[in-house]
Amino acid sequence: MDNIILEMRSITKTFPGVKALDNVSFKVREGEIHALVGENGAGKSTLMKVLSGVYPAGSYEGEIHYAGELRQFRTISDSEHIGIIIIHQELALVPLLSIAENIYLGNEIAEKGVINWKQTFARTKELLAKVGLKEPPATLITDIGVGKQQLVEIAKALSKKVRLLILDEPTASLNETDSDALLKLLMEFRKQGMTSIIISHKLNEIKKVADKITILRDGGTVETLDCHNEDISEDRIIKGMVGRDMEDRYPPREPKIGETLLEVKNWNVFHQQHRDRQFLHDVNFNVRAGEVVGIAGLMGAGRTETAMSIFGKSWGHKITGDVFMHGKPVDVSTIPKAIDAGLAYVTEDRKHLGLVLIDNILHNTTLSNLEAVSSAGVINDHEERRVASDYRQKLRIRSHSIYQETVNLSGGNQQKVVLSKWLFTNPEVLILDEPTRGIDVGAKYEIYTIINQLAAEGKGILMISSEMPELLGTCDRIYVMNEGRIVAELSKAEASQESIMRAIMRSGEKH
Amino acid sequence: MVTETTTQSTQSIGEYLRANIREYGLLVALVVIMVFFQVLTGGVLFRPVNLTNLILQNSFIVIMALGMLLIIVAGHIDLSVGSIVAFTGGLSAIMLVKWGIHFSIVVPLCLVLGGLVGAAQGYWVAYQKIPAFIVTLAGMLVFRGLTYLILENRPIGPFPKDFQSLSTGFVPDFLSFINPMPETITNLFSLVVVVVLVVLAVYYGLKNRAENDRHGTENEPFAFFAAQMGIIAVVAIFLGYQLSTYKGFPNVLVVMGLLIALYTFVTTRSTIGRRIYAMGGNEKAAKLSGINTERLTFYTFVNMGVLAALAGMIIAARLNSATPKAGVGFELDVIAACFIGGASASGGVGKITGAVIGAFIMGVMNNGMSIMGLGIDYQQLVKGLVLLAAVFFDVYNKNKG
Repeated sequence: MDNIILEMRSITKTFPGVKALDNVSFKVREGEIHALVGENGAGKSTLMKVLSGVYPAGSYEGEIHYAGELRQFRTISDSEHIGIIIIHQELALVPLLSIAENIYLGNEIAEKGVINWKQTFARTKELLAKVGLKEPPATLITDIGVGKQQLVEIAKALSKKVRLLILDEPTASLNETDSDALLKLLMEFRKQGMTSIIISHKLNEIKKVADKITILRDGGTVETLDCHNEDISEDRIIKGMVGRDMEDRYPPREPKIGETLLEVKNWNVFHQQHRDRQFLHDVNFNVRAGEVVGIAGLMGAGRTETAMSIFGKSWGHKITGDVFMHGKPVDVSTIPKAIDAGLAYVTEDRKHLGLVLIDNILHNTTLSNLEAVSSAGVINDHEERRVASDYRQKLRIRSHSIYQETVNLSGGNQQKVVLSKWLFTNPEVLILDEPTRGIDVGAKYEIYTIINQLAAEGKGILMISSEMPELLGTCDRIYVMNEGRIVAELSKAEASQESIMRAIMRSGEKH
Repeated sequence: MVTETTTQSTQSIGEYLRANIREYGLLVALVVIMVFFQVLTGGVLFRPVNLTNLILQNSFIVIMALGMLLIIVAGHIDLSVGSIVAFTGGLSAIMLVKWGIHFSIVVPLCLVLGGLVGAAQGYWVAYQKIPAFIVTLAGMLVFRGLTYLILENRPIGPFPKDFQSLSTGFVPDFLSFINPMPETITNLFSLVVVVVLVVLAVYYGLKNRAENDRHGTENEPFAFFAAQMGIIAVVAIFLGYQLSTYKGFPNVLVVMGLLIALYTFVTTRSTIGRRIYAMGGNEKAAKLSGINTERLTFYTFVNMGVLAALAGMIIAARLNSATPKAGVGFELDVIAACFIGGASASGGVGKITGAVIGAFIMGVMNNGMSIMGLGIDYQQLVKGLVLLAAVFFDVYNKNKG
């Protein structure tokens, strides 16, 4: 198996003012699973866009050799035509069409524009069998889970006679079981001789399946590791990604814990859409002044739902239970009331739920507390600008000015704008939902530093995160959630990846 | 990687122009269109009588565009304004002509009724989450139907003189006793008011710049400011002079001017305005930021209803009769004015000044083509193309930037 199916030689791609790729070389052998890793902004997606023809030949320097020939793709269909198929993180399926219609979308089995449904369904069935799906081809996409949707995407790739399959963060939104199924499928394909490139942040998964790992950093190739020659540890990969040892990933903090600020008792919530299904069961927890409290759990454990149902009942219905601040019951039935009670919620989805992207830093910063910069409903421009400039400096938001539109900021800086907005409401307890998702390592460190400062000021922090090392590195206490219940409460000393996973697994057996 | 730039760069005039091309482009377009028709109509366009007519003919479009802009910025649309115009016009006619109620009661009452009509539609949009397009399409049919019903298919008129003056009257010349040239200037007051306003505009512009300097906020280049003020002053004083040689300010011009000032203030300086923009830009984020988006949506529709009612009465008074066919197709002119003025169909973007200029661009084209004797056929055709061109200009700029 020594033949190289793909070789990208000295690829350089510049955007106005930025060199996104600088002399990147990348070699993939036929029949291997090749992982591409790196921080956000390292150039992984750009490299794949060059490969698939999203950036056409001529807009970059360097050469692409595929199956022994120099290729110059002008469009995506050029690359698809010879078997290079890319599956993006955001799935490109039409929710209200069937599986069969989606698989053959734009590529219909038809004669003179009339679709041959019989053949479409028959072939879809074959394709679905190959990816291990038993759903009837007429099932609507919206009726199957994300894990199965991912498999439909792969079936769609198979229908296009794929030779080189590129998966961009395929497991980012999948739970453990679905991820495993997907990875097994990739290994199955490898046996059949198919080549895959997988972009992922989940290093444990990469270790499981990859034959080779290529690490990108700041638009350049750092190294390619061969998983068969040596045992590659996660720390080894991270070292390559950040260019230094990651012992100091979390800034140190001396906790000074005070009185109990937020306490939630017997919190029961029914599902927002499936209205007869109870989603959260008797959730109890508290957060104290100066304390950083984590909530660990798998995707779908009910962590975000807990936070949002407390924050002005913005999720779920038939919500019962009590919320106390400083031991006194408070009304959190609407978002303004929750804000008045001293709560702030930094959402996990900052682009859709956190920011008005078409608006600038200035206006986003003051949005939740406009009253504080206005009198009798009239905004005091100078005061507002002063506030926004203040936060921009304090949180080190990298931007031209406070007038820069937030859509043009990097993920880390966008998150800082969302944080500014909530800090300006002067909350006592901040609920941070995946505060570092999609942010590169450097910016993560800054966010942790901000969290530490807030704790030092005596605020309570409730942090939801899917990255266990992050929770272990920053929290004083960790609650573990599973299937809508709090299943464990671990002190800093007790908490470890193993103890958290054990708590989740045990609770799964009980129910 | 992102580099830190804390120093605020001073923009050159070219950069400034490029960054603000939309607003200046619009103003330039209006001036070009006016000059174009001035030439084509052989100088009729700028005649005092015609200028007065232009204002009278377009006031109601401008007034409704103010409310429509808020609705479009909020991310909705209102197709029913033409029907509300007819409905409230009809109601006012019944009360004034048939029942003989004094206009000082009828006018506020009709504004309240317009607000109720807006509320009736806003409820479905805001609280039942039915798309505004559908709700107001239904409203357009319902209120047109109701107008036919209450008017029994017949026009009602004429109106009492005092009510008519609401729309057709002029501000009297309070300064006639010191008029130096009574032969040419027939209404000195209006000219004086224009000059005073121009002086005030320059004064506050300079004051604002000084304040910005003090707070370290960037100003537009001074040459630009001066040129802008100069042009505005010349144009305003010229128009004011023209009006003063006829009958002075029409009453509706005063109403319109005050409303434009009020809505500009609301959209740029008030918390309500800011929240409407935020809601249109990202409704979910606005809601999670503690903004009561339902109530805000509801009130934008109530506001639209009130403005449409005002427009309805102005039109009825101007035509001196309320007819069931009043206001047919006005919603399209009003919506077009907003989009020509740079509002975004997806919400969150748009300015009052843009919508007002957009309305006048439409108005001048209507007026100019009418003077030239072009039929309704050509007028519609040209207006449609101008709308498309204006929006294309926006899209083109966006893609380039």
